[in-house]
Amino acid sequence: MSRSDAANAVPGGDAGSPALRALTAAPIVQLEAVSKRFVKPLDAAARIANWLGAGQREQVVHAVDEVSLEVGEGEVVGLVGESGCGKSTLGRVVAGIHPPSAGRFRYRGKTFEEMNAAERRQATLEVQMIFQDPMSSLNPRLRVRDIVGEAPVYHGLASKAEMGGHVAEVLERVGLDPVFMQRYPHQFSGGQRARIGIARALAVNPRFLVCDESVAALDVSIQAQVLNLFTKLREQLKLTYLFISHDLSVVRHLSDRVVIMYLGRMVESAPARVLFSQPNHPYSRALLANVSSLASRHMRFAPLSGEIPSPLNPPSGCHFHPRCLHAGPRCRVERPVLTELGSGHLSACHLNSPGGVGG
Amino acid sequence: MSASSEPLLKVTDLATHFITRAGTVKAVDGVSFEVARGEVLGLVGESGSGKSVTGYSILGLVDPPGQIVSGSIRLSGRELAGLDDEAMRSIRGREIAMIFQDPMMTLNPVLRIDTQMIEAILAHERVSERAARDRAVEALQKVGIPSPRERLEAYPHQFSGGMRQRVAIAIALLNRPSLIVADEPTTALDVTIQSQILAEMQALCRDTGTALIWITHDLTVIAGLAQQVAVMYAGRIVERAGVDAVLDAPRHPYTEGLLGSLPSAATPGEPLRQIPGSTPSLGRLPPGCAFSPRCAYATAQCRTEAPEVSGQTLGGGVERQFRCHHPLQEPSR
Repeated sequence: MSRSDAANAVPGGDAGSPALRALTAAPIVQLEAVSKRFVKPLDAAARIANWLGAGQREQVVHAVDEVSLEVGEGEVVGLVGESGCGKSTLGRVVAGIHPPSAGRFRYRGKTFEEMNAAERRQATLEVQMIFQDPMSSLNPRLRVRDIVGEAPVYHGLASKAEMGGHVAEVLERVGLDPVFMQRYPHQFSGGQRARIGIARALAVNPRFLVCDESVAALDVSIQAQVLNLFTKLREQLKLTYLFISHDLSVVRHLSDRVVIMYLGRMVESAPARVLFSQPNHPYSRALLANVSSLASRHMRFAPLSGEIPSPLNPPSGCHFHPRCLHAGPRCRVERPVLTELGSGHLSACHLNSPGGVGG
Repeated sequence: MSASSEPLLKVTDLATHFITRAGTVKAVDGVSFEVARGEVLGLVGESGSGKSVTGYSILGLVDPPGQIVSGSIRLSGRELAGLDDEAMRSIRGREIAMIFQDPMMTLNPVLRIDTQMIEAILAHERVSERAARDRAVEALQKVGIPSPRERLEAYPHQFSGGMRQRVAIAIALLNRPSLIVADEPTTALDVTIQSQILAEMQALCRDTGTALIWITHDLTVIAGLAQQVAVMYAGRIVERAGVDAVLDAPRHPYTEGLLGSLPSAATPGEPLRQIPGSTPSLGRLPPGCAFSPRCAYATAQCRTEAPEVSGQTLGGGVERQFRCHHPLQEPSR
């Protein structure tokens, strides 16, 4: 890590702070200072150049940078951020698609290493992911019956003979007529395909759903139907969600708690009601100010200046400081830590510390 | 604008159909609206409502098998429907410009930005290349691109998505058009970048008097930007009025349904007031009112007879039009 300096180092044990334990429900998923790095290895030419003394380094993207998060049973956590903030990568770590590069991921108190084979299989089945684009996550050559029924049969949740009945039950649950079972994904509308993606995840009786921009591609009227379906399923099946979205109005509608990420780091986390009424972090405040709503007529848009920096070469100290109105000398060198402002309200900003943003 | 003067753009009974072997798709079917100088019209609809085809029709960009089958498009009193390609080309880019959702529709990936911008100026005007370059710099500056003189020499791939969209907007502004048609230009962008672009478009319309047709599916963007809103469903404008009238007191059930579907309008956790069913395929529209299968107020009349446009004057010269047999009651005030 080229830019690592003393100021950037955050003790890994920070995850155990009382703030993160303040949740009432028992955590189903715990992330302890989880990082995910993607490394682009040097190609042959660069290796030869290095051998001659060019000193080229591997490119490292810190997609997720020491994020600690707990999700309680039955809770809906909304994960918000702009493109490249690492929200999807974090979702994939939670869903077990990417192993974390550092830190620990626990499901019901155990890491995967601590589980035996049966527990591990149970855990991977209980956490399911719903993707953004059903067309690229549903096999176009399989009938809906096989898309939804394959996993439960393989994992022994239903026998081959029971598959039809099981699939019909799941399809009904998501509001699709079971007679469509023999059709292929392309024969459905966008909203129906989204429902098939949800049905596939539900078919293995999950407890925890990671929804990655699952309604982003849908039209407004269809989006409302799918959001209502998520709410209904949560009540009927007592599901827990990690709901990833760039759309704050969607997250506000569904979530109990909202986590805001910027360039791989968590900048603020709070109960939804608190976050939307009293956002603390300057980035959260800017995001909320930029949400267009029906009430804001003829508004003068007051944008946040600048663009999201490249995650290949993020700014030093607080990642947000080049765009922040309040940035001071300290923000340029020292990474702010998450501090608790109120019950369950965490924010990573030097403005909250006694030292302020000064040097 | 005085009542006698003609609006900048007047579209009357526009119909754009796609005539294929599988049947005729009426993508735009009898659309009428007006845009005044400096006004922002929000054209709202879901996918397949015909909002983009309406925009393309104004610019004469509908390709076969699509064609404008009837209706008139008058820009500053001049008829655009039926103009040949050459005449249209001299108008497009000079008097009307278009901004697409994907800026790479506008930009040529293998040419530098300066080549593309200077070409767009020289195509319409006899000016020196140096003057054209200065104007390109000015346009880039206007849309908030830092160090424009250096950035002119970059290729499109060297810009980020938001910057590329700004370049596309700068190209649209080059010849100081009187009308810009923008087709979902911020849909693919992040929230903070979207509001930067909205802020710049808003300032441009205010400063230059350019009229804007903003095509989008996002009613919340329209709320902040537009003065006039037209809601499209299945190739028709179902309701059109000033932004406050449409958003606060919709008369058409579809507008009401769209507004109810927005998560921002609902109490968190409460179910959204969803519209049942899904948008019909334009090739197989139901008889009568196209919205009737999804409408809670539909009667036998709606299922057989397509509603005509009804008008209503709201006072202050504001007018409202809608297509519904059973319009919603106006809120009593």
